[in-house]
Amino acid sequence: MMERPASRWLDDGRLALSHGPIDLILSAEGPAADVAYDAATRRFDTILEELAAELPHLRAPDMPVGGAVAHRMAAATGPHRPATYVTPMAAVAGAVADEILAAMRSAGPLTRAIVNNGGDIAIHLAPGTTANARIAFADGSTAGNVHLCAEDPIRGIATSGRHGRSLSLGIADSVTALASTAAAADAAATLIANGVDLVGHPSVTRVLAEELDPDSDLAGRLVTTACAPLHRVEIAAALSAGATVAESMRERGLIAAAALFLQGRVKLVGPHFKPLSPKEWSNR
Amino acid sequence: MTVPARTEDVAPPKPEKIRCDACPVLCFIAEGRTGACDRYANQGGNLVRLDPLTILESGDDDQRVVPFLSGAEDWGGEPFSSGKQFVTAIGAGTTYPDYKPAPFIVSQKVGDEDMVTVVTEGIFSYCGVKVKVDTDRHIGEERAVVRVDGEPVGHVMTGEYGSKMLSLGGVDHLTGGSKKEGRVTCSTLLALCNRQSVDMEVDDGAQLTIAAGKAPVINGVEEARMRVGCGSATIGMFARQWAPHVDEVVVVDDHITGVLSEHQAGKLLDIAPTGIKVKGRKSTPGRYFQVAAPGTSWGGTNIDDPLEILGPFNEKIAWPGMRLLMVSTTGEQFAYFTLDDELRPVPTDLTAPLSQVVDRIAENCEPAVASVLFMGGAGGSLRAGVTENPVALTRSVKAALTKVTCGGAPAYVWPGGGITVMADVTEMPENAFGYVPTPALVAPIEFTLRREDYGALGGYTEEVRALDDVLAVGTAAGVRRVRGVAA
Repeated sequence: MMERPASRWLDDGRLALSHGPIDLILSAEGPAADVAYDAATRRFDTILEELAAELPHLRAPDMPVGGAVAHRMAAATGPHRPATYVTPMAAVAGAVADEILAAMRSAGPLTRAIVNNGGDIAIHLAPGTTANARIAFADGSTAGNVHLCAEDPIRGIATSGRHGRSLSLGIADSVTALASTAAAADAAATLIANGVDLVGHPSVTRVLAEELDPDSDLAGRLVTTACAPLHRVEIAAALSAGATVAESMRERGLIAAAALFLQGRVKLVGPHFKPLSPKEWSNR
Repeated sequence: MTVPARTEDVAPPKPEKIRCDACPVLCFIAEGRTGACDRYANQGGNLVRLDPLTILESGDDDQRVVPFLSGAEDWGGEPFSSGKQFVTAIGAGTTYPDYKPAPFIVSQKVGDEDMVTVVTEGIFSYCGVKVKVDTDRHIGEERAVVRVDGEPVGHVMTGEYGSKMLSLGGVDHLTGGSKKEGRVTCSTLLALCNRQSVDMEVDDGAQLTIAAGKAPVINGVEEARMRVGCGSATIGMFARQWAPHVDEVVVVDDHITGVLSEHQAGKLLDIAPTGIKVKGRKSTPGRYFQVAAPGTSWGGTNIDDPLEILGPFNEKIAWPGMRLLMVSTTGEQFAYFTLDDELRPVPTDLTAPLSQVVDRIAENCEPAVASVLFMGGAGGSLRAGVTENPVALTRSVKAALTKVTCGGAPAYVWPGGGITVMADVTEMPENAFGYVPTPALVAPIEFTLRREDYGALGGYTEEVRALDDVLAVGTAAGVRRVRGVAA
């Protein structure tokens, strides 16, 4: 039976919207907060149907797309082609967050608004406001913090890697990227995570993507299913490979910064990520 | 073995993909996999919703209900009180690797305490089961490998009083061996934890069929009774009842065979020496080790004829007509003899008074059961779903400020580092466990503590939801209500 989009208020005043694989948590502050939530709910009503209608094109690297969210996806992934194989699907979560945030902002003035789509986050900051995000290791301990000001050219934070819902070609536990939109951050995080890799290493187990997901846009490619503990030299090599990908994205203006995580180690590219001080490190 | 419902790995079924019509994405889902939402799965060609959130409800008729304390009394640490509901982690979903707060952080007023239960389904790569098999039969040497479908999944541990212990699973079998070993181990643990039966084989030992809470099956024979005690203990328990009706009793036991006339209990009853000669190694008077080899027959030995453990009677002491009872520690096997003129034991019909005592041995044996305790370590990243400062949760558990339950079942927390817990799977609702192909088990775990303590340990207090809200919303798959009582 086809389920309808659902919305509910959380105790803390935030709004949760869900439909199929999409789970959003929204928060809005400012004079238009109430109408912004209404606008988000109305926009959310058809968003999954719109995407589903053109899924075959969105799963292909270079087919024309029609809808507003689809255009955001194509715009975020286009700059990475053709050098890298990528389809608009690499930015779907971020693009949905951007689209809902846009609907909220068009409803009226907001001081701050955040749309979190399962870790891919679109952020609105009015002049003079700031936002904080904590970046964590897989064991939950803090690896660093991100402090964003309204002046920073960053409106999207996205995290991708082996432990998310999506399939990954690489071995990164996760990669967090900061970019001008959530869609851009989403696509970049996906591709940087793919780049954190040790090609042909015996400790990495891979299977064809279609064995895990018959609909995958990665069909015909080997995706990572397991990675045994690596030597620290190997970890450093894999992180460096990913950092090269991230650096080149940063030089081209596609991202502002990235943090790459693998087996308890982190590699930072660009500013904004504030690593822990030695004292914080020992107390973490 | 019984194929676990949610495992695609064990018996290779026909690969069948189905189209999910739960949302417009219309995922094409392979057998044993979930769709993009992780909420719907293909189970043997059928589209199923994953486990709904399970709520334990107490019933007033349930004897185990913890009486609800009046507001004046302190909360005693029970996550659950009469007439209350307790949200278990079954079906809660998980946030591995726990970047986000646990799926359900539930508040419920208990007296004046604003309680918080953090509910998550943990993914346990470090986990296993300890199995206690009530039997005296020899199932294999200590340290012998236990196999399922030919793959090593664990080993035989110590022999305990009336039981044999197995240790199955653990990280070395789950992730340290071959891919197939990991898969089979995971599906074995999943089946055992969900109370399904599993066929296993001990190297150079017995074939076992084990299901939690049911009688173990050893080499195709269902074990009926757990022994009343060792052979020596059996002598001690029943000596007074035998003494008037028999001259000698031998209780055959692979561990400690008891002999009435030599045993301290017989001495106190002035039983005369009988000139009996028992093979094996004498421990203390009337107690013999290693009277035969371990096996699945009389008292856990390999003998079918009890006379095999006796040497010739001492002709200076024994006498023709002497009455000898031989019996096993469960009363299942017994034989009665009288000595002929050459002092050879001749099988004789058991007398009524002796028959009564043999029956009493059986009557005093408890039903043999296989019990399965889930054991896992929640000391890792799972804690991050509870608090921003994971070690604070560990300290809170150690300080007994935080109560740990698994699917509502009380969990024993091991001393020492980490949060290593053991819990009886039969005290959890059915099908409380799941798995991920990593391979690892997905087990429910709940942490319950005072709201103020939760805030103090760096908990996600802003994520706390009222119980009614959780009940109203549930998960995508709804709410399952189970009558029962948590810890």
